[in-house]
Amino acid sequence: MSGFDKVVNSYEEALAGLADGMTLLAGGFGLCGIPEGLIAQIKKSGVKNLTVVSNNAGVDDFGLGLLLQDRQIDKMVSSYVGENALFEKQVLEGELEIELTPQGTLAEKMRAGGAGIPAFYTATGYGTPVGEGKEEREFNGRMYILEESITGDFAIVKGWKADRYGNVIYRHTAQNFNPSVATAGRITVVEVEEIVEPGELDPMHIHTPGIYVDRLIQGKFEKRIEQRTVREA
Amino acid sequence: MRVAHEMHDGYYVNLGIGIPTLVANYIPDGMQVMMQSENGLLGMGPFPTDDKVDADMINAGKQTVTAVTGASIFSSAESFAMIRGGHVDLTVLGAFEVDVEGNIASWMIPKKLVKGMGGAMDLVAGADNIIVTMTHASKHGDSKLLPKCTLPLTGAGCIKKVVTNLAYIEIADNKFWLKERAPGVSVDEIVEKTAGEMVVPDYVPEMEF
Repeated sequence: MSGFDKVVNSYEEALAGLADGMTLLAGGFGLCGIPEGLIAQIKKSGVKNLTVVSNNAGVDDFGLGLLLQDRQIDKMVSSYVGENALFEKQVLEGELEIELTPQGTLAEKMRAGGAGIPAFYTATGYGTPVGEGKEEREFNGRMYILEESITGDFAIVKGWKADRYGNVIYRHTAQNFNPSVATAGRITVVEVEEIVEPGELDPMHIHTPGIYVDRLIQGKFEKRIEQRTVREA
Repeated sequence: MRVAHEMHDGYYVNLGIGIPTLVANYIPDGMQVMMQSENGLLGMGPFPTDDKVDADMINAGKQTVTAVTGASIFSSAESFAMIRGGHVDLTVLGAFEVDVEGNIASWMIPKKLVKGMGGAMDLVAGADNIIVTMTHASKHGDSKLLPKCTLPLTGAGCIKKVVTNLAYIEIADNKFWLKERAPGVSVDEIVEKTAGEMVVPDYVPEMEF
C-alpha cells in the first residue's frame, strides 16, 4: 500500500489487528449486501468475545450465523434476529446477549457515531421498553429519548465497485446499512465485487468517499437469497 | 381493501410486513402511489419474473422485488431519516393490541422469544398518518382493542386509525369511535369484541370498497 491505495491482497491482511473482545460493525440487511469473505475470515481467525453491531444475525449456516457456530460473539446489537435458530438457542441458554435496537435508531447511531455526534434525541422508543432508563426531554411539546451513538474497533462493509482509493459504490438495496457502517469503524474494511483504477468511477456517483476506508479487498460472493419470491412471466 | 381508501394520488406509503402488504393489491387503477421499503427503496414494484431475480434487490421482508420506474435507492440511515422526519404520507402496519390512548403493542410477547422490533418503533414514532390493520379479537375471542395495552409497547399515543376484519375505528379523547362496520357485521358483535370504551353512533355505515 502506498499513498491513497487501500487495496490489500489477502483476507489476513484485511482484518489484521482484529482481536478478542473488540466491537465489530457489519453492513447488510438479512443476507443482502454482507461482506461474505470478511465474515469467513473472522470465523477462520477464531477471534472471540466479539460485540457485533448489525441489523440482523444471518441464518444458521450463512452470514453472521457462521460466527455463532463457534460462539465467537458475546453480544449482538440488532433490530431483528428472527431468522436464526442457533441464535435463539444461545440467547435462551444465556451464552449470547442481545440488545434489540429499533432499526432507524440503529442506523442513526452509526451515522451519528461516524459523524462525531455522541448522542441524539429521538421519539422512537419513547414510552416503550427501549426507552427505559434513558434520559427523556421535551421539545416543542413532544417527548424524546436520548440515544448514544455507536462506533466500532472494526467495520466490515460490502460494496459493489470501488476504485483503489476506496471510493465505493453500492448496488441496489445491497447498500442498506453499509454506508453508515463504513463511517463508524476505527478501521473500516470494504469487500467489493470489482476494484477499478482511480478515475474510472464518476466522482458524482460515489456513495462512500475513500476517506472512510482503510482497507479494500476484492471478494467472490455467493449472494444467497433468503426469500425468493417471483411472479408469472 | 378498506385501507386502500386511505391512499391518495401522489402518496408515499410504507406497508408493514404481513397483512398490510395485501393492501398493495387494492390500489385503484390510475392512482400513483410509491411504496417505501425501509431497507432503502422508494418505489417498490412487484416480485420479479424468474429470469429477473436479483439477490441485491429485496424488500424489508427480505423478499426479492423489483423497482418501479422513477424509484430511488438509498442507505438505511436515509430511509429512516425520511420515516422519522415525517416525510412518508401513510404507514400501514399490524399489531397485537391497541388501546384508547392510541398506544400500540406489536413486537413483544413476554416469555416468548423476542425476535425484535425491526423498523416498527421508528414507523409509529415518525408517521402522522398511521393505520393499524389487525383482527379484532384473538382466536380465543379476546379483544385486541383495549382500555390499556397489556403487552410492551411499540409506541405511545401514536395510533388514530384501526381497520379490523369487523370495523373501521378511530381513536380520540381516550376513546374508540366506531366509524364503519365490515359488510354483514352487526354493531352488537363489534361492541361485544371491543374491550376499551367505544362511542357508537346511531347509524354505523357499512364499509365501501
